[in-house]
Amino acid sequence: MKFGVVTFPGSNCDHDMIDSLRKDLGQEVIELWHKDKDLSMFSKEDCIVIPGGFSYGDYLRCGAIARFSPMMQSVIEFANKGGRVIGVCNGFQILCEAGLLPGALLRNANQQFVCKNIFLKSENTAASITKDVTGRPLMIPVAHGEGRYYADDATLEQLFANNQVLFRYCDEFGNIVDTANPNGAIRNIAGICNKERNVFGMMPHPERATSNVLGNTDGQLIFQSLINNN
Amino acid sequence: MTFTAHINVMPLKELLDPQGKAVMSGLKNLGISNVHDVRIGKHITLQIDAATKEEAKQLAENACQKLLANQVMESFEVNIQ
Repeated sequence: MKFGVVTFPGSNCDHDMIDSLRKDLGQEVIELWHKDKDLSMFSKEDCIVIPGGFSYGDYLRCGAIARFSPMMQSVIEFANKGGRVIGVCNGFQILCEAGLLPGALLRNANQQFVCKNIFLKSENTAASITKDVTGRPLMIPVAHGEGRYYADDATLEQLFANNQVLFRYCDEFGNIVDTANPNGAIRNIAGICNKERNVFGMMPHPERATSNVLGNTDGQLIFQSLINNN
Repeated sequence: MTFTAHINVMPLKELLDPQGKAVMSGLKNLGISNVHDVRIGKHITLQIDAATKEEAKQLAENACQKLLANQVMESFEVNIQ
């Protein structure tokens, strides 16, 4: 399989993502530009990555403008045909605004931009991205001001009933507690997927935790699961 | 005719508005008390070419539903002048 990483004006985690996938995980990566449209080189088992940053300056709302870019039209089409798409941080916000994932990301409840390591627990093994992520909680960095996941009660009920909740914030022992929630996300939700399990979104940055030099390789487990279970 | 749509987009009432909360503590620091809630949204104006006021309103509401407001977290109201 191969990865495609999209760069928008204002993306700033695109090269972290490319570097992590290429060098730390040894994957083929094609760099994609927001003005282009061509995704013909990708097949269903490949994965398009929408990286973090501040696409289009977060104008109007985070991710609201990016969804109109030519490349996003192709990404939406790719996802609707069953291709795999993952959005991290701003990428998660874009996927919600594009209607590929339910819910929205609100301003952090604690009025702060949060930039630190947090712990994540994978909720189920139904999706390719969490299939091999079992056992101990993962330590992954977050860096966002608008990461408070929110969805109405009916949507939440469906997310849990369909095993669409991928990751929840927990303490280092795996307990889902309020004190481990960095942004006030409803029910500690850090990542979700769509019903068809081919579109994934998460606020934490696994690409910042794939290198021994950086002292943390927990993020590799997430990408490796995606790679192994295509 | 050209109409002006005045659009207010506000965070849903049931959701915490951290921006409003921060501004409220600023008001308190200034000694402006008696304020017990601050909520912050956006005011958007559109200049619309339309035959009637109703048509302009419909157009503005469509814009709100599709882009200007995210109804998962925001509500909107449109006034045409």
